[in-house]
Amino acid sequence: MRYRLTTPVTREDLAPLRAGDTVLLSGTVYTARDAAHKRMMELLDAGKELPFPVKGSALYYVGPTPERSGEVIGSAGPTTSGRMDAYSPRLLDLGQAVMIGKGARNRAVKDAVVRNGAVYLAALGGAGALMAACVRELEVICWEDLGCEAVRRLEVADMPLTVILDAHGGNLYESGPAAYLASLN
Amino acid sequence: MRTIPAARITEAVARLCIRANTVLPPDVAAALEACRASEPWPLAGNTLDLLRDNLNRAGERNLPICQDTGMACVFVELGQEVHIEGNFEQAVHEGVRRGYGEGYLRKSMVADPLRRVNTGDNTPAAITLRLVPGDKCAVTVAPKGFGSENMSRLAMLKPADGVEGVKRFVVETVRLAGPNPCPPVVLGVGLGGSFDKVAALAKHALLRPLDRPNPDPFYAQLEGELLEEINALGIGPQGFGGRTTCLGLAIEAAPTHVAGLPAAVNVSCHVTRRAAEVL
Repeated sequence: MRYRLTTPVTREDLAPLRAGDTVLLSGTVYTARDAAHKRMMELLDAGKELPFPVKGSALYYVGPTPERSGEVIGSAGPTTSGRMDAYSPRLLDLGQAVMIGKGARNRAVKDAVVRNGAVYLAALGGAGALMAACVRELEVICWEDLGCEAVRRLEVADMPLTVILDAHGGNLYESGPAAYLASLN
Repeated sequence: MRTIPAARITEAVARLCIRANTVLPPDVAAALEACRASEPWPLAGNTLDLLRDNLNRAGERNLPICQDTGMACVFVELGQEVHIEGNFEQAVHEGVRRGYGEGYLRKSMVADPLRRVNTGDNTPAAITLRLVPGDKCAVTVAPKGFGSENMSRLAMLKPADGVEGVKRFVVETVRLAGPNPCPPVVLGVGLGGSFDKVAALAKHALLRPLDRPNPDPFYAQLEGELLEEINALGIGPQGFGGRTTCLGLAIEAAPTHVAGLPAAVNVSCHVTRRAAEVL
């Protein structure tokens, strides 16, 4: 199935999604990688606010290349999400609804996805030029010293994504290869 | 004795950093096309089409193919009759600094593995220098992304493990990597040498074009068998399932100790980049 979603999203918006479905995502997406996640945890530990409204939000694990003048963004494909596993459950429990990246997640993240009715979506790894095409606006909102790892607010239109982990425990990284292998018999 | 000014090396490295990150080597692009043609699983076929669209768009818009424009791995084969006028290593680093700046490439290097402050210009380069006969200087830039680099593995196998043990280790490496290294992957496999040498062999194997099998028929056959086994895993493009898990694999072997069978797998992705010039 193919779904169109606009952020911020609710648990009800995400409930129909199943691993293997396609999502065209529009609206605001925030970027954060390892270093930004670490700083977000430090803010939370200190009892401070996160740099963006977390409820219903989508986080894209990306460190884009610098944009040329006249371009909105450089190349902008996903980085490996597993490096964010240590941080994601806490953010999901605070209301983050969508994680965008590539690669496997650990058990704690899978459980947090189900517990919160969230989703983990894959962008196309190594296809940075293609992913950049759906970004309409970019603004660095904090931690500029982190360079490509600074937190950016992106406005995206029809960002093509694939559901990996759904709120019902589905996991495309298991079911996809299994379905292909079963088709050979 | 032929003199090459260090500035020429800087210019070449800068050009190659930009070219390697924007245009895929023809053999890798051809392997993607060939795999697309033989991919029986519809979702995998669509995914490979999107990877092709990405290559086209990168070319048209002068954008890096992938946002991880990598650690700048620079391989230099220096003719022993060449005299470099100036500081060779500084010239290579300066080329990386210039290429990554002028090419709007991402600066991904931190100065220290634990203190992690970005150097801001993607230096230093990872330089591999080999002295060869002649009066030429061949420079290859192979930017290496770390999504795949992180999935690489090294094992000190036992001689008794033999061919089967090597195959098990290579296939297991791809299975454990799953969707993380952006499959379809390209593999550089090193066998023999010592603990440090075997990793260098695996890295060097990634420089060999995918349409060129190992010149030793024994290893060429092993490359073919491994490719078949890996493409039977079902991981598929992006790990979504399908036949196309590995685009190609190169083995480099070297003499080793009677007591050892070092094996290393350097995992690379569908954006396996390299560009070369001879000065």
